[in-house]
Amino acid sequence: MIEKNNSMALISATNLVKSFKKQKVLNDLSIDFNAGERISLSGPNGAGKTTLIRCILGQYIYEGDLNVMGLNPHTNHEEIMREVGFVPQIPPPLKMTVKEMLGFFSRLTNTPVDKFLEISINLGLVIDDNLKKPFLKLSGGMKQKLLVAFALGRNPKILLLDEPSANLDPEAREVFFDYLKNYDKNTLMILSSHRIKEISGLVNRAVEMDLGEVVLDKQI
Amino acid sequence: MNKGTLQITTLEVKQNLRSLWFWAYSILFGGFVAIMFALGITESQIIGFVGLGRLMVTFMQVSMVILPIYILITTVRSVVGDRETNVMEYMLSLPISFSGYFWGKFISRFVEIFIPVFLALLGAAVWGTISNIDVPWDLFALYSFLLAAMVFCFLGIGMYISSVAHAQNVAIGTAFIIWLFLVAFLDLILMGVMLKMRMNPELVIGVGMINPLQVFRTAVLVLFDPKLTVMGPASYYILDTVSRSVFIAFSILYPIFVGFIFAFLGVRYFKRNDIV
Repeated sequence: MIEKNNSMALISATNLVKSFKKQKVLNDLSIDFNAGERISLSGPNGAGKTTLIRCILGQYIYEGDLNVMGLNPHTNHEEIMREVGFVPQIPPPLKMTVKEMLGFFSRLTNTPVDKFLEISINLGLVIDDNLKKPFLKLSGGMKQKLLVAFALGRNPKILLLDEPSANLDPEAREVFFDYLKNYDKNTLMILSSHRIKEISGLVNRAVEMDLGEVVLDKQI
Repeated sequence: MNKGTLQITTLEVKQNLRSLWFWAYSILFGGFVAIMFALGITESQIIGFVGLGRLMVTFMQVSMVILPIYILITTVRSVVGDRETNVMEYMLSLPISFSGYFWGKFISRFVEIFIPVFLALLGAAVWGTISNIDVPWDLFALYSFLLAAMVFCFLGIGMYISSVAHAQNVAIGTAFIIWLFLVAFLDLILMGVMLKMRMNPELVIGVGMINPLQVFRTAVLVLFDPKLTVMGPASYYILDTVSRSVFIAFSILYPIFVGFIFAFLGVRYFKRNDIV
């Protein structure tokens, strides 16, 4: 079993178990993630990466202990989500227009719209042509760029990125990785990805999961 | 209303204003009132109903047929649909409480469903005023409250099903069965059951009284026909048991109570289980 390092943990899981019906997807998992760490979270399909992220997002009921900023993420969901930026693996089919989305995120997260616009434009999204389009009608790459802009623009304490570059073109990917490199050094960043080589230059810790357990945890 | 609830409500209302369903539904009710005026229904007289009151009673009868199933079918997809399409995973990674999300959806659905039917009823009253037809304002007020109560009731049931169901097709199937069940326990079928099975009438009628559809149907006619001669056994029994004014209060408060209980159970389930 991998020993936990308890100092300054922003996220702390102890004997975390998540089962669907009788199948354990997270199997007695114990791990800490600290402020300022850049972590690659890897593993084969079904390893439990997305389940762990969803537990951190407070979206699952689980057994064991999980603290995010010292709080239970399910019962203190709203409070914790003020400090979390998230990019999902699959962009959701949101019906709102890009313009509505910018306003919605801005009001909800108290972030100026310009901040989101700046990042989107830098990632190569032609925003003016798409303002009136529903989000779900955008291309995969455009959706991803917007979601990345919403996550990064909020300046959160924790960034959870689940395969964030999968739909990005090479130029956008380069800009995106530059953003991550130069991002606030106090932010905890967890990047779940199959493309380990691509993100290896960004991270200072590699965590590998398999069958709901941490099988590798090393500083880089 | 907290910030998250307000944002979800506003967002949902904006999105639904663009949906084909909403406009088809609004045009159906608005068009129905227009057609009734065009066909001169206010001038016809059936079992004592005449004028704008006649139009309103017909409108309410149509509402009773369309609204419950429309509310159930469109509402049960909301929470479970967001869950299936990963919309919920993303939306609830934002600073919105689970209950804020649930109630935001509830309030927006209430606005979208109630406002078109209310405006159709109001349109009928305004049209009546312009056409020099007496407007029965007491009936207008009662029917507005009854419609709001019925919308609230079925919305609560729909949101509960949507929270508990794990797939959209299961939610829609469940909604349809519940609607069929409620329709089966209306006056006509109750009479058939009583005659056929020789059951205790009070028991059968008691079952009818807990049916929000039956309560709505009886309340629609109670102002017109104090003895409810046009209706079946449940209605007789109701007015034998309680006064008319008590029944009117009951017919508004009871569906709201049912809707609230189901909504409360729905939000409780939603908060205490896996969200995605």
